[in-house]
Amino acid sequence: MRKLLVWPLVALITLGLAGCASDKKQTTAEIEDASVGAGGVSASGLGSGSDASGQVIGSQAGTVDDPLSRRVIYFEYDSSVLTDEGRFIVEAHAAYLANNPGMAVVLEGHADERGTREYNLALGESRGAVIGELFQGLGIDPSAIRVVSYGEERSVALGHDENAWAMNRRVEILY
Amino acid sequence: MKRLILAVSMLALSLSGVRAVALTIEITKGADGGIPIAVVPFKWQGQSALPVEVGDIIAADLYRSGQFNPLPVDDFLSRPSDESEVKYKDWRLIKAVNLVVGRVTQMGTDRYAVRFQLFDVFRERQLAAFLWKVTGSDLRKIAHQISDKVYEALTGRPGAFDSRIAYVTLLRTASKGSEYQLMVADADGYNPKQILRSPDPILSPAWAADGAWLAYVSFEDGRSKIFVQNLNTGARKKLAEFPGINGAPAWSPDGKHMAMTLSRDGNPEIYVMHIASGSLRRLTNHSSIDTEAAWSPDGRHLVFTSDRAGRPQIYRISAAGGRAERLTFEGKENARASYDRAGKHLTLVTNHGNGDQIGVFSLPTGSLEILTDGRLDESPTFAPNGAMILYAAQRGGSGLLSAVSADGRVRQVLRSESGTVREPAWSSLNR
Repeated sequence: MRKLLVWPLVALITLGLAGCASDKKQTTAEIEDASVGAGGVSASGLGSGSDASGQVIGSQAGTVDDPLSRRVIYFEYDSSVLTDEGRFIVEAHAAYLANNPGMAVVLEGHADERGTREYNLALGESRGAVIGELFQGLGIDPSAIRVVSYGEERSVALGHDENAWAMNRRVEILY
Repeated sequence: MKRLILAVSMLALSLSGVRAVALTIEITKGADGGIPIAVVPFKWQGQSALPVEVGDIIAADLYRSGQFNPLPVDDFLSRPSDESEVKYKDWRLIKAVNLVVGRVTQMGTDRYAVRFQLFDVFRERQLAAFLWKVTGSDLRKIAHQISDKVYEALTGRPGAFDSRIAYVTLLRTASKGSEYQLMVADADGYNPKQILRSPDPILSPAWAADGAWLAYVSFEDGRSKIFVQNLNTGARKKLAEFPGINGAPAWSPDGKHMAMTLSRDGNPEIYVMHIASGSLRRLTNHSSIDTEAAWSPDGRHLVFTSDRAGRPQIYRISAAGGRAERLTFEGKENARASYDRAGKHLTLVTNHGNGDQIGVFSLPTGSLEILTDGRLDESPTFAPNGAMILYAAQRGGSGLLSAVSADGRVRQVLRSESGTVREPAWSSLNR
């Protein structure tokens, strides 16, 4: 029930982040090294091939009742176990992907801000991997699946309460 | 509503600029009973102005340690600069137990001689004396080294004032989005230097024991990778870019190996890489999360975080591999442990049902002491002498660094004018 209520908020914030992502692309190549040398600071720019994955969640299909329109799977605290609702959504996406071979899917794992950053990086990875394994079990080609974890570094909700945390413990299914 | 708050905070941040500013230190809890010490302003023998107030830096260092109470300069009855000018009675009268005097003499263009002496006021005796010849850019460093000499002479343990810290700043602006900077500064927050700048997250800076190299995790190009970077030349090398996560780098004490977390074989495990050859050895093998490895000072063991018992706790494993032994049982969760220099204590993040706080775990006794009272305290790092712990905290929605003495008596906050500060790492003694 609560998830249905917060959903429009997720969409709003997601749209906001999509805006940030496109701003960011223009500056992605700005990786810059500098040194603390005896002779002061020297800087050498390292160009980086920028391919930041910023494609998010335009719903091509369905209404809110259509599981394919839901691309964010939520998790309990410190858990990478799928809820029944999450499994239902993942299975719907697996069926769609199985019928549309050749599509690459990225599973982007995230955690809330509680717990340490590196542990959360691992937790986001585990959450993504759980969905990846389910996809494989449902016939998706493993080479089409990529899991990326951002840990707690890419929050969609910036608060420090249970509502914000619940929205940040997630895997985004991107294809 | 949340959207609006986001937009407003972005605007506010964008006004504050993107300069590399020094961290400012604020003592939030001083200790009672510090040693009363008089630090006389150093006598300046040269043209123009004294480039650096050496005495002020020493007094500030000693005060920050919580173990000294530097007396107000206005109360001094005389201002000696060497032993021939010291009248012990003047210092007994203001109840100074120890006295630091010195002078800075210009030797030529950008050449200085710095001389200092430390005295025991009651025994009327010199305890330490040193002379350095340096360039102007090293005067702050020499002041910190004097603080280290005073600290060691009076407490019996090495000082950590002449050391450095690494940390990550994050600035969100409407025009540029997120900007992460990996910074290195002196332990008192001065001389901040940017090591790396990226629109993507930077995590987990880790010092090599020689102080010349940093390892870190960077998400440039959208996924985690481990880099090592030389601080003198700026040269950097990509150490790990395996499928899955590449995280939590930790240098072995001899600098030859890097422990790290990789999920290339399915789930997050601890690996040890031989840095020169790139060869990998898998240290843990468990279906749960294993991460955040840290070496014991003798290089024989590593501690790490694992949720193999359901919640994150600290385990220890031989550097040669084998069975992991669970160390922590107190508290709902314990994570990100690292050793002090003596190898007797771990500092870690501990959760006893009231958020994430910083604790010290005693290896000999197995007892755990909680030192902080935040809700999101993280990334604790021992000073190289083990006397202080630096960590990241949240205050008013923004990240800052905080330091607490290992006995919990003294606290201070290191704040950046702009943006949020996180992920501190304190260098070892020989910088």
